[in-house]
Amino acid sequence: MKKAKKGVTFNHNPLLRSELSAWRPRFVLLCLLGGSAALIGRAAYLQGVNDQFLQAKGESRYARVLDMPATRGKITDRQGDVLAVSSPVKSIWAIPEDARLNPSQTRQLAGLLEVPVQDINQKLGVDKDFVYLKRQVSPELADRIAALKLPGIHDQREYRRFYPGGDVMAHVLGFTGVDDKGQEGIELAFEAALAGKPGSRRVVKDRRGNVVEDVQSIRPPQDGREVALSIDNKIQYLAHAALKQAMTDHKAKAGGVVVIDAKTGEILALANAPTYNPNNRVKLTGEQLRNRALTDTYEPGSTMKPFTAALALDKGKVTANTIINCAPGRMTIGSATISDAHPHGALTVAQVIQKSSNIGAAKMALGFPPEVMWKMFDDLGFGSTLKLGFPGEVGGRLRPAKSWRPIEQATMSYGHGLSVNLMQMANAYQVFARDGDIVPLSLSRVDTPPVHGTRVFSPQTSREVRQMLEMVVQPGGTAQQANVPGYRVGGKTGTAMKLVGGRYANRYVASFVGIAPISDPRLIVAVMIDEPTNGKHYGGDVAAPIFAQVTGGALRTLGVAPDAPLKPLQVARQGAAAPVVVREAM
Amino acid sequence: MARLTGFLVMLVVASSLGVVASQHQARKLYAAVEREQQRSLQLEVEWGQLQLEQSTWAAHARIEKLAREKLAMRPPLPGQVIAIEERP
Repeated sequence: MKKAKKGVTFNHNPLLRSELSAWRPRFVLLCLLGGSAALIGRAAYLQGVNDQFLQAKGESRYARVLDMPATRGKITDRQGDVLAVSSPVKSIWAIPEDARLNPSQTRQLAGLLEVPVQDINQKLGVDKDFVYLKRQVSPELADRIAALKLPGIHDQREYRRFYPGGDVMAHVLGFTGVDDKGQEGIELAFEAALAGKPGSRRVVKDRRGNVVEDVQSIRPPQDGREVALSIDNKIQYLAHAALKQAMTDHKAKAGGVVVIDAKTGEILALANAPTYNPNNRVKLTGEQLRNRALTDTYEPGSTMKPFTAALALDKGKVTANTIINCAPGRMTIGSATISDAHPHGALTVAQVIQKSSNIGAAKMALGFPPEVMWKMFDDLGFGSTLKLGFPGEVGGRLRPAKSWRPIEQATMSYGHGLSVNLMQMANAYQVFARDGDIVPLSLSRVDTPPVHGTRVFSPQTSREVRQMLEMVVQPGGTAQQANVPGYRVGGKTGTAMKLVGGRYANRYVASFVGIAPISDPRLIVAVMIDEPTNGKHYGGDVAAPIFAQVTGGALRTLGVAPDAPLKPLQVARQGAAAPVVVREAM
Repeated sequence: MARLTGFLVMLVVASSLGVVASQHQARKLYAAVEREQQRSLQLEVEWGQLQLEQSTWAAHARIEKLAREKLAMRPPLPGQVIAIEERP
């Protein structure tokens, strides 16, 4: 067989000599022609008609679309001190199927991540394509894990928010979630401004993965804007520290302090207790999370009386020296009786405020139709939210005037039967600090302060009530502990019983709202302590000292000139012959 | 005619070499831009971290603690304050 094959060449193939029918070569030729026609047709189709497909395939070999991350904007205080900043961190994740680790590798990984070995094994045992082993670890740690070169273990770049102020600013700022989106406080309220928009671009990459050419920018990344708050870091700390101290001293359940710049309506400080550390939110409870000054309402009690007096003055019903008979300390309206904590005799309007007489306030209020009082409360901002844009902000309760009974009108005149939050209270005291008008409050820095606000009382009325407020902190008043050395201050105490299950229980809210300095008010400071249980519960004993502490510090911080020079204090006049030597008080 | 063709061929070759050279140049420059952009991003991150560090060191709670405990400082008593009058 081998031999025979060797002997036959193509030209002498016996097959050639055989008689074949003529159609067979034609048929073969036709097949070949048909084949090449099909090929040409296909080539023409790919090159000419459906050319995008192959071009796209080709491009995908070298062109890549890169995501360009955008960073979240910083939050700063009014001086530009950073309060919240995003910094890159890494998240460690794994593909369980690929992650076949031997026990020593698992131990190593668990040691670096500071989690139990069982946790890692459990996570890698699940039937998923993707599990996070630990989120938000430091970049250095991620690099050390990457250096182990473990199969199936990867890292991913993320951002984490840091709050250098810790618990001092917690309630103002709020916090972001693991995805760097705002969840509470300013972070949520200003989300639109703070959040960046990630962009993307198309590039050409070489074999080693280096970008060699920028083909086109699909969308440029937009970093989040920096937000400057109205908060003053230092005053905020003062308020926080004073409140914290008071919480322990009075064994209170909760508390809040609000400081407002009366000239601009900026909120300089907003402190709440209990608080939390936003950098470590492991054991966070709802109690700690509440921004009480904005989200919780309380019955304001006597801090409401100055408004009643102002209304009576403004409508010309009384003057500061009109005598109101408050004896014998009890008064019956309909079927209900209201009383004073300490019975008083005949008091002037100013003394009603100074000594905080419920009867006096009620008698003034009953001289008005309910609509007039309701209008004033509404003008002062009670019953509706302040529209600060803060999440969870409430407006308190102010019932329509039509449904008021006389007894309710009487109790509202001294702050019962309606509810407000602490910020609304501070906001309303603008009428005394600003000569009768109110400007909108702001949480972000105001560079061009509004000159005129909404007028509620006449400047004359405002000045007269201011004098009464100053009497409250003077001898004979209810809040002598509110005095600030070197400054004239004024304010009003409030001691309200709390409603528990529809009845007034033996629990109190002690509050104080004050303005300083009286000669040209710059600050409004509102203090509220919920359920002080260490023996004292009067606003003058509990809240007034906090007011004094915060106001004194804040006035010095802002460089407000003292308007009540103390005896040893001396003023060094420019151009004076010799500097005045101040006696050392040792 | 042949001379003209030769000349044109030379022009074509020269221009194609030029394209290659400029493409290479462009890519090199682009890589440089890329590096610098990375660096600017890196620096921005570092700036954020430094600001964070500064705020942490300068926290009022820490300053007050140090001032009181280490330096034995205290707020001035009211009588120890001199107010300097501003000349209008």
